[in-house]
Amino acid sequence: MEQKTKVQAEARKQDLLITREFDLPVELLFRAHVEPELIAQWMSNPHATAKILKFEAKKHGSYQLESTDAQGNVVFRSNGVIHEFSPNKKIIRTFELENAPFGVQLEVYEFESLTASTSKLKMHVIYESVVLRDQLLALPFAQGINMAHNRMQEILNNLNH
Amino acid sequence: MNLRRDVFQAIADPTRRAILLLVASQTMTAGAIAANFDTARPTVSKHLQILTECQLLQQEQSGREIYYHINAKNMKEIADFIEPFRQMWDERFNKLETIMKQYKTK
Repeated sequence: MEQKTKVQAEARKQDLLITREFDLPVELLFRAHVEPELIAQWMSNPHATAKILKFEAKKHGSYQLESTDAQGNVVFRSNGVIHEFSPNKKIIRTFELENAPFGVQLEVYEFESLTASTSKLKMHVIYESVVLRDQLLALPFAQGINMAHNRMQEILNNLNH
Repeated sequence: MNLRRDVFQAIADPTRRAILLLVASQTMTAGAIAANFDTARPTVSKHLQILTECQLLQQEQSGREIYYHINAKNMKEIADFIEPFRQMWDERFNKLETIMKQYKTK
């Protein structure tokens, strides 16, 4: 499938910009971000199932997500607070991985209608520091190599032979 | 050996990637890093040296200990580092698009 998602992360900055155009009316793009059962569907992948524990889609509302592996173990939980909620236009929220040393990030989602059937999402993510941003950027890199620790151990054990 | 180390060659090695994985989440001493591997300590030191030479890791002296941390300055140059992050979002958004297209036609 064509890769349409762009990530701009300049060196020595503590933010990044994710942009993507969708073959979807902006209303549907927005719903995918605010309806728990829809969020759970697209956030899940073969290795991890996303579960929305709480999602108050309104200003001053809060949310909590959980991700479990194939065995049902909780891989991580995250939560945040919604600061701005403008349907089909904008969401500003915080995001925090629980029990992880990555701090709190500020996420600004801008939804834009391009045509009646296409739309664009701009996600501006601001981290507490340059180092924290880079560490979080490195995470999927790490996960791509070995999703779970036991898998990592398995690989390392094989290396020793 | 004074070979000019190539970044991509450096991260092609699975042990070195595992080291970067560890150090990505926190600054660590060589000893703490080595404790995560069954590999002999000198082997881990060699990997740390390579990662430092190609400037993926940075050393910082603190008292008697040398701490290693990810070199933020070079992140931009390592497309391989950011690519999985981009791919992760690309896959999520592809899925979002597929789900919502079906949703629309329901």
